[in-house]
Amino acid sequence: MTGTTLPAPRAPFRPQTLIPYAVLVLATLPILVLYVWLTYSSFFPRIEGFRPVGPFTLENWRFLWDPGSVDQLRNKPAIIPLTINTFLFAISTSVVVVLISSMAGYALSRLPFPGRRMFLGGVLLLHSFPSVTLLIATFIVLRQLGLYDRLLGVILVKAAFELPFGVWIMKGFFDTVPWELEMAALVDGASRLRTWWRIVMPLVKPGLLALGILTFVQGWNEFILPFVFMPSGSQQTLSTFVRAILGEGRFVDYGLLTAVGLYYVAPVLVLFVVAQDQLMRVYAGGVKG
Amino acid sequence: MNSTALLFMGPAALLVILFFFVPVVITLGLSLTDAATATGLSNWKWIGLDNYDQIARGSFTMLIIRNTIFYVLVTLAFNVVVGLGIALLSTHVEAKAGGFFRALWLLPRISPSAVYAIMWVWAAAAPPFGIMNDVLSPVGVAPRDWLNTDPWVIVILVNGFVGASLGMLVFTSAINSIPEDLFRAARVDGASAWQIVRRITLPLIRWPVLFVLVYQTMSLMASYEYILLTTNGGPGLYTTEVWSLWAFHTALSNYYGNLEFGLGAAMAAGLVVIGLVVSFTMLRLFRFDELVSDPRVEIT
Repeated sequence: MTGTTLPAPRAPFRPQTLIPYAVLVLATLPILVLYVWLTYSSFFPRIEGFRPVGPFTLENWRFLWDPGSVDQLRNKPAIIPLTINTFLFAISTSVVVVLISSMAGYALSRLPFPGRRMFLGGVLLLHSFPSVTLLIATFIVLRQLGLYDRLLGVILVKAAFELPFGVWIMKGFFDTVPWELEMAALVDGASRLRTWWRIVMPLVKPGLLALGILTFVQGWNEFILPFVFMPSGSQQTLSTFVRAILGEGRFVDYGLLTAVGLYYVAPVLVLFVVAQDQLMRVYAGGVKG
Repeated sequence: MNSTALLFMGPAALLVILFFFVPVVITLGLSLTDAATATGLSNWKWIGLDNYDQIARGSFTMLIIRNTIFYVLVTLAFNVVVGLGIALLSTHVEAKAGGFFRALWLLPRISPSAVYAIMWVWAAAAPPFGIMNDVLSPVGVAPRDWLNTDPWVIVILVNGFVGASLGMLVFTSAINSIPEDLFRAARVDGASAWQIVRRITLPLIRWPVLFVLVYQTMSLMASYEYILLTTNGGPGLYTTEVWSLWAFHTALSNYYGNLEFGLGAAMAAGLVVIGLVVSFTMLRLFRFDELVSDPRVEIT
């Protein structure tokens, strides 16, 4: 596809060429409408269908500066500690996954050791294995380890669930690094660990960044694990908070809900726009339906 | 195993053992016990296959199996057909525009499930609130409270719009790796767009299509997050309850207050075994050997 291909002759304009665009726009419209609607619903007192009722307002956002005045938020944890919890959860998961995956990925890429094939096979197997089926047993494991209802426990479970993907991706990145530099360092007497950290890791920075961002987003978004394994209010994350507001019956204050929802999703959207290339690079392998 | 390899592999191995191997064993073991909130985690006893027997004779078992099959098949069809459609169309138009549409389709997947679920719950709300009624009533669909009257429609749309992006990504990269010459030759021969898709593209991406079919089937069987967040199996008793959600409700979250770990584990055990068998088959099918060949460079 590179090199000497001739530029395609410019076809005369025909209305048919617009058909694929029209179909794409129509098919994508529901998604676009949902997000646009989430955004503007959060700025009106009440929305009926597409029609805002009442004037533009920041009322729905007062959970940020005056949570005490919002009925639905009484007896609920405050938004700032929740945000910090969610951030801590996401960033710790991300760091643990990136670090452990790059150690294992390096070993699998470079070191011959007994059981290597088995481990690689296991990693691939677990990558497609639906880990959510193990939730009940994981609950028992956490109870036995004394990590139930603690942020650390959920971080470890989430990290373990993301690990097979991380190891596989990092192995791929290490496979592309030429070995001459490493060999020179090793011949000069540097240890494996030092060579890995000082020489090889800097060479796979784009990979580390991509995996780090992706795992951060997965952690930030995670719902089931905090929902099941951190039932105490003080340990909640934004996802369980949103679910708690939503779960309060049919007469939910949707203005508040959309504002909190937009607050929660906004960092991810920003990250997606900024780091789209990195995310796209690793996304196809990381998805679980 | 030498000490260097152990050092590098140790942490990963530990997590995999703690949160994959041990849980698989526990799931199978637990399914043979009567462990529940009532017995606590110390006073349970072995009860052989009683849990499996109870499931087999349960009065809701058939309903839930039917629900699961319906949910998996319809959502799978939506995911693969829409994913394929978006992949074909977005690779057919200008590259920039195609990338833009694919990015929009990724939005549901990169958004927190809780937020994505709220958007649908509200879009489906009863008149005068939900936008689904606003959109559909001009084409003759009577306004309604969708989550109560047609919960499956919402469950399938919610999961469908998330799941389609997997197929879209896999198919797009497969289509992009087809040599451009093939398309050009076909166009020179006067093939129509549909003939090109039918005779060139589809046959060449049949492996990725098979991969997505197998992978999606398995993950749809195991996943319940979006159902939990929208209908939670309702309205009423088990209307949209699927097998994996049933296991979850039985063992980890229900209104009766008695969490039956043993019974729930028996329900989950079936999914765990299916997951292991299918994953293993996929390894064999999609050329595992080439992926894991020994490192070519040995410098120790």
